[in-house]
Amino acid sequence: MKIVRKTHTSKEVSTASMPDIIFMLLVFFMVTTVMREFEGLDVLMPRAQMIEKLESKRHTAYIWATKDGLISVNDRIIAMNGLSSIMYERMVADPKITVSLKSDENATMKLISDIHTQLREANALKLSYAALTETP
Amino acid sequence: MIEKKRRDLQEINSSSMADIAFLLLVFFLVTTTISMDKGISLVLPSEGNEMEVNKINIVNILVNESGKVLLDDKPTRLKDIKNIAERRISQNSKVIFSLQTHPRTKYQVYIKVLDQLKSAKAQKISIANPPSF
Repeated sequence: MKIVRKTHTSKEVSTASMPDIIFMLLVFFMVTTVMREFEGLDVLMPRAQMIEKLESKRHTAYIWATKDGLISVNDRIIAMNGLSSIMYERMVADPKITVSLKSDENATMKLISDIHTQLREANALKLSYAALTETP
Repeated sequence: MIEKKRRDLQEINSSSMADIAFLLLVFFLVTTTISMDKGISLVLPSEGNEMEVNKINIVNILVNESGKVLLDDKPTRLKDIKNIAERRISQNSKVIFSLQTHPRTKYQVYIKVLDQLKSAKAQKISIANPPSF
């Protein structure tokens, strides 16, 4: 006597939940995406070893400083004595803000210390010197 | 009497839903920039908060415009700052590193010195304003 086994399980993987999975991924990327605002000025950042990651992009203000002494905040090139009022406004809008100073490695310390003074006037004290990872 | 029988489905065909979602997904994947903001963090002192510190607790680091470092009046190589700083911290935990630069010192050298101090786990770093000439 022959026993014929009949299995009725379909061999295909069900794709019904595929859109759900993709939507979940989509929502994740939508939430984490921060659109690029500004490419910045042309700076060559210094290299260092003891670098730390910044906490959040949303609580970061960028200051660009080139070796020619140009400074740029909020997509605009500004004068040095206008920096503190702009930073003060940013501080009022978001007190948790960290300033990321993207400065050229050949910039002079006069420029950097002027920026320090302006930041202290604006009470924006959390500062991070943007740097690249040093390849040993 | 003619009876109309509508046999077509009332549902919207959702088989292309996955395609649409994929397209959006690819768009967001491409536009997402993974946060690459890294740097040496430092907290500036608030204005008008200068305080007197006992001279024994201060290590002066001077950097001139050609990038030469003077650590407590002794010329020091950049690489040696870490070891010296570590030794100073182990001798005296209250030590403060005062970093002073020339206005024409390059930012690069300043970052290198700061990096050395950070790798020696120096907590108290003071940035002195360069004298104006």
